[in-house]
Amino acid sequence: MPALPHLANAVVSGILTGTVYGLMALGLSAIFGVIRLVNFAHGELMTLAMYTAVVVFQGLALDPFLTMFAAAAVFAAFGYVLQRGFINRFIHRPEHAQMLLMIALAMILGNVLLLGFGPDARNVQTSYQLDSFELGPLLLDKVRVYAAGAALVATALLAAFFRLTLTGKAIRACADNPVGARVAGLPVAHLYAVTFGLGAASVAVAGCAMVPLIDVTPGLGPSYTLLAFVIVIVGGLGSMVGALLGGVVIGVSEALAGVLIAPSAKSMASFGLLVLLLLVRPQGLMGAGRR
Amino acid sequence: MGSVTRRAFGIATAGTLTLAVLPRRLKAASEKLKVGLLLPRSGLQALIGQSCQKGADIAPELLRQRLGVDVELLNADTESNVDTARSRAERLIDQGAHVLVGAFDSGHTAAVAQVAEQHGVPHIVNIAAAPQITEQGYKFVFRNFPPAPEIGRNGLVLLGDIFAEAKVSPKTAVFMHVNDTFGQSMAKGVAALLPKLSLPFKLLDTIPYDPAAKDLTVEVSKAKATNAELLLLVCRLNDAVVLRREMVKQRWNPLGVVSPGSPGLYEEQFSKGLGKYADNCITNTVWFNPKNDITHAFAAAFKKRFPKDEFAFHGINASYTFDAILIAADAFKRAKTTDRKALAEAIRQTNIAATDRVTFGGPIKFNAKGQVEGNRSVVLQNLHGKPTVVLPKEYAEAKLVFPMPKVG
Repeated sequence: MPALPHLANAVVSGILTGTVYGLMALGLSAIFGVIRLVNFAHGELMTLAMYTAVVVFQGLALDPFLTMFAAAAVFAAFGYVLQRGFINRFIHRPEHAQMLLMIALAMILGNVLLLGFGPDARNVQTSYQLDSFELGPLLLDKVRVYAAGAALVATALLAAFFRLTLTGKAIRACADNPVGARVAGLPVAHLYAVTFGLGAASVAVAGCAMVPLIDVTPGLGPSYTLLAFVIVIVGGLGSMVGALLGGVVIGVSEALAGVLIAPSAKSMASFGLLVLLLLVRPQGLMGAGRR
Repeated sequence: MGSVTRRAFGIATAGTLTLAVLPRRLKAASEKLKVGLLLPRSGLQALIGQSCQKGADIAPELLRQRLGVDVELLNADTESNVDTARSRAERLIDQGAHVLVGAFDSGHTAAVAQVAEQHGVPHIVNIAAAPQITEQGYKFVFRNFPPAPEIGRNGLVLLGDIFAEAKVSPKTAVFMHVNDTFGQSMAKGVAALLPKLSLPFKLLDTIPYDPAAKDLTVEVSKAKATNAELLLLVCRLNDAVVLRREMVKQRWNPLGVVSPGSPGLYEEQFSKGLGKYADNCITNTVWFNPKNDITHAFAAAFKKRFPKDEFAFHGINASYTFDAILIAADAFKRAKTTDRKALAEAIRQTNIAATDRVTFGGPIKFNAKGQVEGNRSVVLQNLHGKPTVVLPKEYAEAKLVFPMPKVG
């Protein structure tokens, strides 16, 4: 049995890492929850956001945690245009056609990044990147603490937008009943595009928060798409709080499996959890049951 | 049609065969040797694959000057994937490659070796350490690079030299290693050899990890919890960066971070990505021989072709890839043919003097298994952002720093 401080450090680290994971999966969950579109290009969009943060850092020496505001705005606009001008045409087509479209988009994005940046790993080097906060026996990685903070704020803002604003309520109405929303005169295509824009903005925030933690390469996308799927399925498809909770559950379970079983059992723990959850609660921790 | 007799047919066949074979033998000396080069130039191992490629790119011109033979490279990207490596090897053979060289990763190399053996095409391994590659009874597979147990043994023996030179001996160590083919071979080697060598430390724990891991918090935390004085590390590049960062974050300062012979710590991206935190990490590794004339010529050609690159960062990858092509060219010169069987036989008879190779070791001679024995290792330490030879003393470029200064 490992020593208590070691175990506590692992759990805290798992919570922080999981919160960052949750932030990453937030956009995927929001887009699926409203548009019912599975975004297979999610990881590639995040990779694009990470490269954006690296380029801005190299060009303007701007900290990625400051870049995330501008990146969120740019990605929101990009997401809006992508959905309105392109993806929207596939919304009423069969699911396999949507899937192929998003996989194609993922491949194009990944290869454009490869063409533009080459296969080399890129990173940013901030002054606090390797610092930690010390709380008694606990060592908290500064970047993870900041990233987890950004995740909580982003989730709260997104939840507030959907609950408190008229546009947010209209989007929820579209999610609940797209036909009814259309009959009531809501601009569904516009609202879908706003949702995709918000999802892309979340991805941009996640990408900027992740880049001080992880070196970015063009091939990073698929593994993040997969991880985001696992988190969203565990948390409950379409639930924003579920995404965050799913991230924390995965983060903590991986950390505990690493400490208590073996570090190489981390992935086994997260996928084992996924299988177990699919068996006993297929809608995920926070997902609504079948109506 | 009925007028063709058996005698006439026999004469015609003999004539055709003579015409077909004779010119080939006559023109063999002026033929080009087509070398199918398989490297992971994209994907997870892209940086190392591209580093190997630089050594290969220099080879045709340098070998023309030194051996007077023409070498043509047929390049193929394995995309850091075993299945791609296999299919690219088959494609290179279809394209007319006389010899295959590659493929850096042990898993990829094993797949390429299988294809080469099936088609009867000589395969010269540039870099790959899994012992089983030359333990399959293959007739067409040759390796100049030492297998993992030999690297491990050389690396571990040099640990004793480090402690003796520094007059500091850690009492405990923790061993972390990647869990891919290479890492597991090295781990087996270390586990088997460590008890036989009278090293001063006790191994407290062995921690395998995924080389593609993006987060090694738990692994480092577990290693730190052992309170070991020395970290023995078998890594790749990306994971080495992640791991070292995590060590700094968790304020874990062992007396030393020493690899008994793996890539990662001495590479450019490690130093660039970590800055001062990359310094003082040690790799006991195969290297190039800085005293050989051919190394000077190779380094000069490298500098001319890649003026922005520091040769030291490509020391192993470029040198071992170059030497693999050198072996092929040398065999081609002696065989005077591109016939694959004759080339394989000539490779088997290779005897390149220790002074005529770029890499560090004895003469290049293959044993019955197709393996070169007697490759040597050096102690390489990152000092001021550059891998520097610190032991053996007769090759040292700077003084060893051990224990490493605390950081974080």
